[in-house]
Amino acid sequence: MTKTLSVSAIKNGTVIDHIRSGDALRIIHLFHLLDDKNKLTVGLNLPSKRLGLKDLIKIENRVLTNDEANEIAVFAPEATINIVKEFGVLEKVTTQLPSKIRNIFGCPNPKCVTHNEIADSIFSIVEQGKQVQLICQYCEKSFNRDQVKVKTWSNIK
Amino acid sequence: MSNSLYQSDIVSIRDLSLEQIQLILETAKLFKERTALKTLQDKIIAHCFFEPSTRTRLSFETASLRLGGNVIGFSNDESISVKKGETLADTIRVISSYADLIVLRHQQEGAARLAAEVSDKPIINAGDGANQHPTQALLDLFTIQECQDRINGLSIAFVGDLKYGRTIHSLTQACMKFDVRLYLVSPETLALPESICDNLKKQGVRFSFHSSLEEVIPKVDILYMTRIQQERFGDAEYQLVKNKFILTPSMLHYARPNLKVLHPLPRVNEIDIAVDNTPYAHYFTQAANAVYVREALLTLLLNEQIP
Repeated sequence: MTKTLSVSAIKNGTVIDHIRSGDALRIIHLFHLLDDKNKLTVGLNLPSKRLGLKDLIKIENRVLTNDEANEIAVFAPEATINIVKEFGVLEKVTTQLPSKIRNIFGCPNPKCVTHNEIADSIFSIVEQGKQVQLICQYCEKSFNRDQVKVKTWSNIK
Repeated sequence: MSNSLYQSDIVSIRDLSLEQIQLILETAKLFKERTALKTLQDKIIAHCFFEPSTRTRLSFETASLRLGGNVIGFSNDESISVKKGETLADTIRVISSYADLIVLRHQQEGAARLAAEVSDKPIINAGDGANQHPTQALLDLFTIQECQDRINGLSIAFVGDLKYGRTIHSLTQACMKFDVRLYLVSPETLALPESICDNLKKQGVRFSFHSSLEEVIPKVDILYMTRIQQERFGDAEYQLVKNKFILTPSMLHYARPNLKVLHPLPRVNEIDIAVDNTPYAHYFTQAANAVYVREALLTLLLNEQIP
């Protein structure tokens, strides 16, 4: 049987593979991957030996920085991130959880001062067993990664 | 002797090291034992209370005045420019150019952290929403140490609303820096937040959950009562829970002789007034200690050398 790619290959750029099924679109929004108008191809609910079902994102002509890759690791700890050049893997990015994540998510606590004031939203990242917790620098509330949401324009001042 | 708190902010109890907490408690003891020194001479302390407060505001103002400081500020947000739409950050920037230190109470959680970022003068958090009330936790620790002669090795019960009370949140975090055994007594719906429980586990603090006040009284050295607000329950449910969490003299029959009952005040009905006449009642001494602890904080933040 001929092996074919479910999502077409890219010449140069970044491939984020092994994303938990259902999280690809969230990652695209959270990390503003659509903003610079690069060609983006996305696979959803692809078969995966490891995850059962997985999502995949291919970003043409954009190489994620280590910091960006580390921030993605907060939301897709199982993901693999490869830098592609001339259709081949140039580098497998090894991610590690950052100690802080700044201005990507809004604080889910409606009473947090960041909703009414001009303030960056900053979370400390803490690993508790297999769980990743995000602690707001201001209100000190702790959230798991499914609770935080992308910062909307209305609260970016 | 120089001190590590000079020109720093007191925003969250988490920011303080054990050594800094001990320094604050020792300095408060000095102020309690002798007449206050004039450590704030020529200093202006701004007391910015965006929310009403009785004990916290008046004890801070008393502390400032006793130490020879001058006091400016406001006690609610009715008459200030915030009402005109000014941001907290701008208000704090301006006041920090007038005063040497700002004591801030604000309804938004994280307000004191934000204020500390924009102010070039020290900020003391006098309560930010349901988040932190670090100076209350420090005066609680001072009172516990004073009445029991130690903190390490004590058994402490927290009773009442452990979910929303910022006093409990700050004091629990303070307790993590000591070797204490905690008994958490509350209705199930007002239990200590999971994230704080996780932290207690991480710090190796032993704790257990209880739904009855009477079962923990014989086991503890400190009974820290807080108010259960009726509005958190339906009428029928409130009737069921309230009697379990109201302390009466008869409940203290099997108490340890050294037991002391604390309460951040105001008390409504959770401690029967007949308890005031027992040797266990210690909440008014606790309230009086607020001034000494706040004198210590103001002195340490504004004096590099401790007099």
